[in-house]
Amino acid sequence: MQKNGPLALIFHSLVVAFVLAPLVVICLVAFTPENTLSIPMTSFSLRWFREIFIHPDFVASFVNSLWLATLAATISVVLAVPAALAIDRYEFPGRGALNALFLSPLIIPHLVLGVAFLRLFALVGATGSFAWLVATHVIVITPYVLRLVMAAFTGLDRSAEQAAMTLGASHWTVFRRVTAPMILPGITGGWLLAFINSFDELTMSIFVTSPQTVTLPVRMYMYATESIDPMMAAVSALMIALTAGAMLILDRAFGLDKILVGQK
Amino acid sequence: MSATSPIVAGPTAARANPAPWLLVGPGALFFLGLVVLPLVLTVILSFHVYDHTTGIKNEFTFAHYIAVFSDDYYLGTFWRTLRLAFLTTLICAVIGAPEAYILSRMRDPWRSVFLLVIIGPLLVSVVVRAFGWSMLLGSTGLVNQTLQALGFGTVRLLYTETAIVIALVHVMLPFMVIPVWTALQKLDPMVEAAALTLGASHVTALRRVVMPQVSLGMLSGSLIVFGLSASAFAIPGLLGGRRLKMAATLVYDEYMHELNWPLGAAIAIIVLAANLAIMLAYNRMVEARARRTLG
Repeated sequence: MQKNGPLALIFHSLVVAFVLAPLVVICLVAFTPENTLSIPMTSFSLRWFREIFIHPDFVASFVNSLWLATLAATISVVLAVPAALAIDRYEFPGRGALNALFLSPLIIPHLVLGVAFLRLFALVGATGSFAWLVATHVIVITPYVLRLVMAAFTGLDRSAEQAAMTLGASHWTVFRRVTAPMILPGITGGWLLAFINSFDELTMSIFVTSPQTVTLPVRMYMYATESIDPMMAAVSALMIALTAGAMLILDRAFGLDKILVGQK
Repeated sequence: MSATSPIVAGPTAARANPAPWLLVGPGALFFLGLVVLPLVLTVILSFHVYDHTTGIKNEFTFAHYIAVFSDDYYLGTFWRTLRLAFLTTLICAVIGAPEAYILSRMRDPWRSVFLLVIIGPLLVSVVVRAFGWSMLLGSTGLVNQTLQALGFGTVRLLYTETAIVIALVHVMLPFMVIPVWTALQKLDPMVEAAALTLGASHVTALRRVVMPQVSLGMLSGSLIVFGLSASAFAIPGLLGGRRLKMAATLVYDEYMHELNWPLGAAIAIIVLAANLAIMLAYNRMVEARARRTLG
């Protein structure tokens, strides 16, 4: 294999610096003892982290986002696993169209989805409902789950299922005892990826959340457009830490490159 | 994927078999009700008459589309959206493709570590990343401090198109690196080595062996980057300020500040239509190109 030359390595270092710069700055500023956005030089302080907990709206939004992402990712798995099974295993009219429909939220800009949901909500009187908010998130994150579960089905060795069938197991038993355990990594990876995507979603949510259901990204966006103080840095640093944690779990368990780069 | 013998339902004829419908049904109904229906409703909404005192009226008009295409403010915003999205795509290609190539030539563990560093930020909320850039680019931010220390004086960066493009490139870079990386994975490194052994110069090997593969990845990456940049919301919202609008922030304004939903819906539908049109045209081009280069 060819080695990278010194020029390539300099280029690479610059790219890595560019990618990490804003994240590193956030994590440094979060520990400032000052009242302004400044990088702490002499002393570190946790005062801005404490400040978050004095803002009940931020805490409420965090809890709200956590529930939202958990529920949406779970419902998404419940819908996507049977759908993936049907699309992978059966030939039926409309199969291609349905597959395209399930993946369409990847192509439709979230902005357009947000506007569309807002119209539906206004017409059915669902504005401000948490349950409907969950439903919109399910739509946005299901494509990710579906893709990972489909990949798990495609890579599956069918002989174990056939063996179980031959030995007299019922269809449901085969699915529960043989198929499900084999696609479990795909399901867990899909759930986690869906959870993160739901937790981070801003563009669609900003149209459909109401004061009672504001999610953390929406709260942060609103806050950042009005005033910027080191508390935003502290909240952001916590989100980076949380994401990094989830990322490490994903990477250890499945290989992050496999999940994000996808199996093509 | 072929229609292999279904394990759940046995070898009955597919047409008479209700199993796939039962499995796919709940999801299909959910998506029809929450994707197709709202989109249709939004298209209808974009033709409704809007009155500033009485709100949405039950009459229909093309006025909103005509307004968008005849007003300099809206046209200017669309033009800026296309320009910045194009610029972002170009810079992402120029940075992302060589970076993916460099990554593919690294050895483990560096290769996996840096791949994680480059694509990991994808999972960090866009609001967080936009906020990070607003701190870096602000008048007292790190970039201006460095410029001052070097004796250049301060530059106004925040709330300019430059700031939007820098942050967009940061957010979109993984979407360029991933497809190029995937394309390079399909390239056997021995082919490049063989070209070198057979006397090709490094430039020739790069141009004749690596580039055709990289350009395929670049094309599909460009499509994703362009589409996502053109509909980006948080970045222009936080780094463009109140004055520099892009399509998404324009729609948000119409909805939340002007309360003119039909006009906002018309702009959103135009964004969707433009997105789909560009995607289809581009796909045609990429497929034609793939046929030509790969035979």
